[in-house]
Amino acid sequence: MNIFFEGLAWVFDPAHYGGVDGIDTRILEHLRISLISLLIAAVIAVPLGYFIGHTGRGRTLAVAVSGGVRALPTLGLTIILALTLGIGLEAPIIAFVVLAIPSILAGAYAGFEAVDRRTIDAARAVGMTEWQIAGKVEIPLGLPLLMGGLRSASLQVIATATLADYVGGGGLGHFIFLGLQTNDYPQMLAGSIIVVALALLSEAIFSVLERLVVPAGVKSRAPTTVRTKSSRSRAVVG
Amino acid sequence: MIEFRSVSKQFPDGTRAVDDFSITIPSRKTTVFVGSSGCGKTTLLRMINRMVDPSSGSIEIDGENISAVEPVHLRRGIGYVMQNSGLLPHRKVIDNVATVPLLNGVPRKQAHADALDLLDRVGLDRSLANRYPSQLSGGQQQRVGVARGLAVNPNILLMDEPFGAVDPIVRSDLQQETIRLQRDLDKTVVFVTHDIDEAFLLGDQVVILQKGAKIAQQGTPEEILANPVNDFVASFIGADRGKRRLTVDANIAASGDDLLLVDAGGYAAGVISAPGGRLAVGNPSPKSRSISNKTDQAGDA
Amino acid sequence: MKWISNNLELIGQLSLDHLAIALPPILLSFILSIPIGWLANRFAWSRGVLLTLSSLLYAIPSLPLFIVIPVVIGTGLRDPINMTIALTLYGIALMVRSTADGLASVDGDVIQSATAMGYSTWTRFWRVELPLAGPVLLAGVRVVSVSTISLTTVGAVLGISSLGSLFTDGFQRSITAEIYTGIVVTIVLALIFDLVIVQLGRLLMPWTRAPRKTRDDSRGRLAEREVTA
Repeated sequence: MNIFFEGLAWVFDPAHYGGVDGIDTRILEHLRISLISLLIAAVIAVPLGYFIGHTGRGRTLAVAVSGGVRALPTLGLTIILALTLGIGLEAPIIAFVVLAIPSILAGAYAGFEAVDRRTIDAARAVGMTEWQIAGKVEIPLGLPLLMGGLRSASLQVIATATLADYVGGGGLGHFIFLGLQTNDYPQMLAGSIIVVALALLSEAIFSVLERLVVPAGVKSRAPTTVRTKSSRSRAVVG
Repeated sequence: MIEFRSVSKQFPDGTRAVDDFSITIPSRKTTVFVGSSGCGKTTLLRMINRMVDPSSGSIEIDGENISAVEPVHLRRGIGYVMQNSGLLPHRKVIDNVATVPLLNGVPRKQAHADALDLLDRVGLDRSLANRYPSQLSGGQQQRVGVARGLAVNPNILLMDEPFGAVDPIVRSDLQQETIRLQRDLDKTVVFVTHDIDEAFLLGDQVVILQKGAKIAQQGTPEEILANPVNDFVASFIGADRGKRRLTVDANIAASGDDLLLVDAGGYAAGVISAPGGRLAVGNPSPKSRSISNKTDQAGDA
Repeated sequence: MKWISNNLELIGQLSLDHLAIALPPILLSFILSIPIGWLANRFAWSRGVLLTLSSLLYAIPSLPLFIVIPVVIGTGLRDPINMTIALTLYGIALMVRSTADGLASVDGDVIQSATAMGYSTWTRFWRVELPLAGPVLLAGVRVVSVSTISLTTVGAVLGISSLGSLFTDGFQRSITAEIYTGIVVTIVLALIFDLVIVQLGRLLMPWTRAPRKTRDDSRGRLAEREVTA
């Protein structure tokens, strides 16, 4: 376990901060790659997911494609793109966008689908247009599940962004791959520890966001809706 | 014979479901616990097979205190039928009926043969044996539930609002079937319902319960109808609203010798035959009823 | 294509290496998640604690985990056992939620009636609750299987041999065909696993295939009565 503390010491060594190879620079790079990928993925997946959720069209296709994409090894995709587009940021970002889309898409359409059909019928009955139904009913009520989708996408992207440096994209993977080449285990561990911390931080931020976006009056709409209570849980006292 | 002796039950959350309850449930008769939801009737029923253990007091079956009997062993000897049938969705109908015999180690072939006989007995076609419960209607599922309850040929059959979730016509069929079965099989049946008409229809002994399983009145349907002991019972059986007080409506003649009966509110409630203008005074044997008088609570399933 | 025909043996060997790493975690995480999922549903406090723990575990990125595990258990950095352990942990993190949700989804009435018939707690769990949680478990295993097979490739950057080695090797030598082959074979492997799991599920849970009766036959009975009346 000593080596583990060496890794920690590496993280907190002031000599490893500042400059192109400083921990601070690499963290910012890592976050920038992750954020850009997430944003692009969201711009593509959210409207698409809303369309699928609102119309119910293309759901089967979306599920099938998402399933297939999940099987796609991101490392392979990153490398093939890097060979095609050249070393740098483009290849990893495209690969991470592909990685992030299924989760966001699922969150978007599941959020719409989770809205009680009767609520939507009622909205239509009082004379809302389809756009108003989407904007005033489905989007606010579906927000918690969309947040859930963004949360897992963010986690996946931050975790996988370590691979960016393998094709020269920078980020925290730099410490891991450099450590690997120079047999510098503490440096590899240091990179790993920081990535783990970032991932946990992302989880923490999104779990707060998930709670904040629940509309007042709607009880926590956790994604675990498969729970069905006994229809007569009260029966023992009946 | 099942005896409750000063039985009380307090749940961990503090609700006192049963408070000092004593009763004797005679063998080979149908006893019905009837009361509104939350009165403790289901708790009483579940004490008999130790799904719920009393906080104090004792329960005896044929003189043996059941707290000394191992629960799993006890339950395998007592039939249990519940609302929504509680069938195992992953087992075919025949395996559902044979569940307890199979648990008890009866050879599969024998258990299946017995199960087919039981399907006949509860009025189900044998062709349903290889279906899954989800492929049956609510009424059919309930019949399978009854067949399963009878599978070990138990002396005691516990029925917990078994017909509460089926529509009124199917329910009426199932009630008739229960009466017929009980005539053939002579079990000690303990039946729980919130439907007073069902209680009067099926019960040899009817026990009307108030909150905390306090006995408001206990007796045959005739005794209770003829003489409700207090306002609660009168209100529960509908006597206070004049629902049970029927008079001949002089204005409308029904077909033939029949006269129309109306309740105290003036609503039509049935007919009575009056050959030659004289009202029939009968001595009907209660066990031979073949029609039910269900009208009032029909929509309440 | 030429690269593939020249390297069939290599592809076969790497596929086997890949399977040797990926298969145990899929099986192990399924088996180990059963007692954990049971525990999650058993007590009021345990569900929150165990599910939070497993989602934290899942939040740990894979490559760093492959690096941390050898430090904890004292193996070499390039030992495939590290991958097996890490992927098993991920599998458990995913499966525990499925198992807990699946067990919680079993109809309370069915459990009550099984108890009333005289199932002991142990028998009831294995013969009633677990089978009925089956469809949710199956969905969980499918996710674990796909993600495990895909994640196994990541070990290649550390030098652990798998289909991912086709990516790293192809990258260093700029052979696109090698990388494409790696991607396709990995996806095909994932698809085969998925098909096998789905088929196993159909075999083990025949009741899920039964066409449901959607309408109560009370109407049929009603019509019958009107005719006879």
